[in-house]
Amino acid sequence: MSAIIILICVSLTVAIIFLIAFIWSVSTGQYKDKYTPSVRMLFEDNEIPEDLKNDNGDRKKIKKL
Amino acid sequence: MPKVKEKNIAEKCYHCGEDCKNSGITSEEKNFCCEGCKAVYEILKGNDLCSYYTNNTKDKNSGTKLSDVKFENKFEYLKDNDIQNKLLDFRNKKISKVTFIIPSIHCSSCIWLLEKLYKLNPAIKSSIVDFPKKSVTIVFDHSAVSLKDVVVLISSIGYEPHISLEKNDDQIKKDEFKNKDLTLKIGIAGFCLGNIMLLSFPEYLSAGAEIDPQLKTIFNYLNILLSLPVFFYSASDYFISAWKAVKKNYINIDFPISLGLIALFVRSLYEIILFNNAGYIDSLAGLIFLLLLGKLFQSKTYQTLNFERDYKSYFPVSVTVLKNGNEISIPVAKLETGERILIRNGEIIPADSILFSGTANIDYSFVTGESMPEQKVLGEIIYAGGRHFGSAIELEVIKTVSQSYLTQLWNNDAFKKTQISNLQNLTDKVSIYFTVIILAIAFGSGLFWLREDVNKAIDAFTTVLIIACPCAFALTTPFAFGYTLRIFGRNKFYLKKGSVIEDLSNINTVVFDKTGTITDSGNISVKFFGSKLSHTELCLVKTLVRNSSHPLSRKIFESISAEDCSDDLEVTDFDESISDGISGIVSGIPVKVGNIKYLLKDLDCSYYERSHEFIKNPFSTNVFISINNFIKGYYSFRNIYRTGIENAVDDLSEDYDLAVITGDNNSERDNLLKIFGSSAKLLFNQKPQDKLNFIKDIQSDSAKVLMIGDGLNDAGALKQSEVGISVSENITNFLPSCDAIIDAGEISKIGKFIRFSKTTMNIIRASFVISFIYNIIGLYLAAQGTFSPLVAAVLMPFNSISIIVIIFLMTNFFAKRKGLI
Repeated sequence: MSAIIILICVSLTVAIIFLIAFIWSVSTGQYKDKYTPSVRMLFEDNEIPEDLKNDNGDRKKIKKL
Repeated sequence: MPKVKEKNIAEKCYHCGEDCKNSGITSEEKNFCCEGCKAVYEILKGNDLCSYYTNNTKDKNSGTKLSDVKFENKFEYLKDNDIQNKLLDFRNKKISKVTFIIPSIHCSSCIWLLEKLYKLNPAIKSSIVDFPKKSVTIVFDHSAVSLKDVVVLISSIGYEPHISLEKNDDQIKKDEFKNKDLTLKIGIAGFCLGNIMLLSFPEYLSAGAEIDPQLKTIFNYLNILLSLPVFFYSASDYFISAWKAVKKNYINIDFPISLGLIALFVRSLYEIILFNNAGYIDSLAGLIFLLLLGKLFQSKTYQTLNFERDYKSYFPVSVTVLKNGNEISIPVAKLETGERILIRNGEIIPADSILFSGTANIDYSFVTGESMPEQKVLGEIIYAGGRHFGSAIELEVIKTVSQSYLTQLWNNDAFKKTQISNLQNLTDKVSIYFTVIILAIAFGSGLFWLREDVNKAIDAFTTVLIIACPCAFALTTPFAFGYTLRIFGRNKFYLKKGSVIEDLSNINTVVFDKTGTITDSGNISVKFFGSKLSHTELCLVKTLVRNSSHPLSRKIFESISAEDCSDDLEVTDFDESISDGISGIVSGIPVKVGNIKYLLKDLDCSYYERSHEFIKNPFSTNVFISINNFIKGYYSFRNIYRTGIENAVDDLSEDYDLAVITGDNNSERDNLLKIFGSSAKLLFNQKPQDKLNFIKDIQSDSAKVLMIGDGLNDAGALKQSEVGISVSENITNFLPSCDAIIDAGEISKIGKFIRFSKTTMNIIRASFVISFIYNIIGLYLAAQGTFSPLVAAVLMPFNSISIIVIIFLMTNFFAKRKGLI
C-alpha cells in the first residue's frame, strides 16, 4: 500500500515539474506567436556569431538610397 | 519624357517579381523593375545576404517593390522626443526597444531579412518578427543609431512601417494578457483534471466494493488540494463576471454556472470532510476545463486585421510646416489654421486647405472608394484625406484636423459611445428564466425536506443546483459561434467577434455604398464613342497622351492597344492646360484631348454643329478627342460593377429591404435601377454625415441595418448600423472601423452569409432545447435519489461533450448544404 503512495508522490512531482515548465513557457511569451518560430528554425546559419563580433570594424557601409 | 523601346518579353524583376515591362535596369545580368529594387539587391549582395532569394519556398522573387519615395525627409519627425517616447516600448541608458507594424511582410524571406538587420547595421542588437501580426520588434543601441535611422533602414529595404501614434496599444496589450491568461488557466485546469481523474479511478472501478479507507482518505484530500487552483484560479472569470452582472442588477449565463460550480465544490468538501465520501471534484474540474475550452474556441481572432481604426491611424503623424522659409516638422494635431504646409509626393493631406502653389493630383480612394485622382488648381479647396501624387505642393490650412470636412464625422455621437452591447443576447435572455426556475426548484425542494431533516434539505438543495448547472447550455454559444467564425473565415469573411453572428441574423435592411463597394475601384472601363479611329489616328492619340501624367491620359494610353506605332512620331507645340486638356502637333497633325470646352476653343462653328451630338451626356467622365480640328468622339470612363453583385442583390432582395447610398452624382441611376429594381432606395450626392443620418432615420423606423461600405466616408454609417461590413481588395489595407471585413471577391456570397448566421442561431436554439432535456433527466434522477458521484461523473461531461458534437455535426451539415465548405 505504501508503494502506491510513494508512486503517487513521484508521479505528482514529475507532473508538477511539467506544469511549472508550462507556466514558464506561457509567461515568457512562447504562445504569443505560434507561427514564426516554425519558419525561423528552417533558416540556415551560414555565419558564426563569434566572427560577427570581431569584424564589426571593416563591415561595408550600407548604401543610402 | 524619355522614350523607351517596348520589349515584348515580359521579364520578371529579380527582387520583387513584378513585370519589368521596359525598365531596362539590370545588374549582373539580373533584371529589375526599378532602381529601388536594384538598390536593395545590391545592399543584400554587399552584405552576403543573397540567400534572401532562396529562403522563400513559394516563389523566388520575394522582395517588396519599392516606391520611389525619399525616406530621409519623410521620417524627419522621428527626431522629436515626444514622438519617440510615444513609439518606444522601452528605453534605458544603453538600448531602446520599438515595435513596428509592417504591412508588407508576406513570406518567409521577409522574416529572414528583417531578423538579419544586425548585419546591415551593427548598432541594431536584435530584431524579432511576429509573422501573424506582421510586426517586428527591434532592439537597438540608441547612442549609435537613432530611431529615425532604423526606420529609414527598414524602409529602404522595402519594409516601410506603418507608424501611428494612436494608442490602441492598450487594447492590444489587454487582449494579449487575456490570451495568455486563458492559456494558463486551461493548462492548469487540464493538469489538475488529469490528476484528479487518476486519483478518482479507484472510485469508478470499485462500484460499491470497499477500498482501503486510508488510501481513500489520502486520495480525497489530494483531490481537494488539486481542485483548489481549478476552482479559485481557472474558474475565477465566471465568478467575477456573475458578480459584476448582479451588481448591475441583471443576470447573465455565468450566474447559474457559478451557482452550480460553488454547489459542486462546497458539497464535495462537505462529503469528503464529514463522511469521507468521494465527492464531485472530478466533475467540477472536468466542467471548468470544458467551459474554458469553449472560451478558447470562440476567441478566434484575426491578428493582422484591425477592426478599430479611425482616421487617426490613416492620417500622417506629422506634417511639414513652412515658417519664415524654414521647413519644420510638427505633429498634425498641433496644426493650426492659416499655417502653410508642404505636401510631398505620396503624402496625405491632413486638413482642409487651399492650394497655394503647384498642381495637385489628389487620390481620394481611401475616402470615397473612387480610384480616379482629381486634379486641383491654385486657389481650390482640397479636403483632408486625399493622397497627393506629383511634385510637392504648398497649402494653406483653413480648418484644423479635427474640424475638417471628413474628420468632423468622428465628433459624432456614434463614435463617442463606448461599445457596451446594450442588445441583450439570446443566451442572457434565456439564462434569466433559467436561473429563476432553478432557484425556485432548489429552494422548493430544500424547504420541502427541511420539515423532516436538515441534512436531506441541504442534499436536495445542492443536488438541484449541481444537476441544473447549465454547462452544456453555456458551451453551446461559444462552440457554435467559434465554428461559424471559422467557416466564414475560410470564405474570406472575417468577423470581429462571435456576437456579430447574432446581430447579422437579425438584419432586415441592407444598405450598400456604391463606389468601391459594388463597383470595382481598381477596374475602370475606358470606352470610345464616336466615329471609329483608324490605326494611324490611334497612334497619334497614344503618342500625345504619353506626354501627360494626368491619370485620365494614362488610362487612355493603357487602353489603346495599337502595338506597332512607330517611335518616330514627334510631338511639337505640346501644351497642357490644367484640368482642361492637352494639345500638340503630332507629326504635323494637330491633336487635342480634353474636355469639350477646351476642344471647342479654337474650332469654328461648322465643326461644332457636327460634333454637338457628343455633348449630350453630361454625367460620367468623358474625354473628347479632336484630330485635325475635327472632333472624333470621346472616351468614356466608368466604374465596372463587381462580378456577382447582381446575383447577390437578387438573392437579398427576396427577404431584405435594400438601399444604395453614394456620394456620387446620379449618372449611374439607370444601371443601379437595373440591378436593384424599383423597390430599392437610391440616394445620391450624400455626404458622410448624411449617410450616418440616413441609417439613423431608418433605424428609428425599426430597421435593423447591415451597412456595406469601404471608404472613410462610410465610417459613420458603418458605426451607426447594427452590423458594418468593410469591403476590401486587400485585407491588410486601411479599413474604417467595422464589425466585419469581407474580401471584395466574395461579396456575391453576402446573402449566403446572412442566411447561414440565421442557421447558426437556429442550431443554438435547438441545442438549448437538447441541453434542457438533459437537465430535466438529471433532475428526475436526482428526485429518485439515484444521483451519485459516479452518475455525476458520467452524466455531466457526457452532456457537454454530446452538445459540442451535435453542434459540430449540424453546423458542418448546413454549411455543406449552403456550399460554404
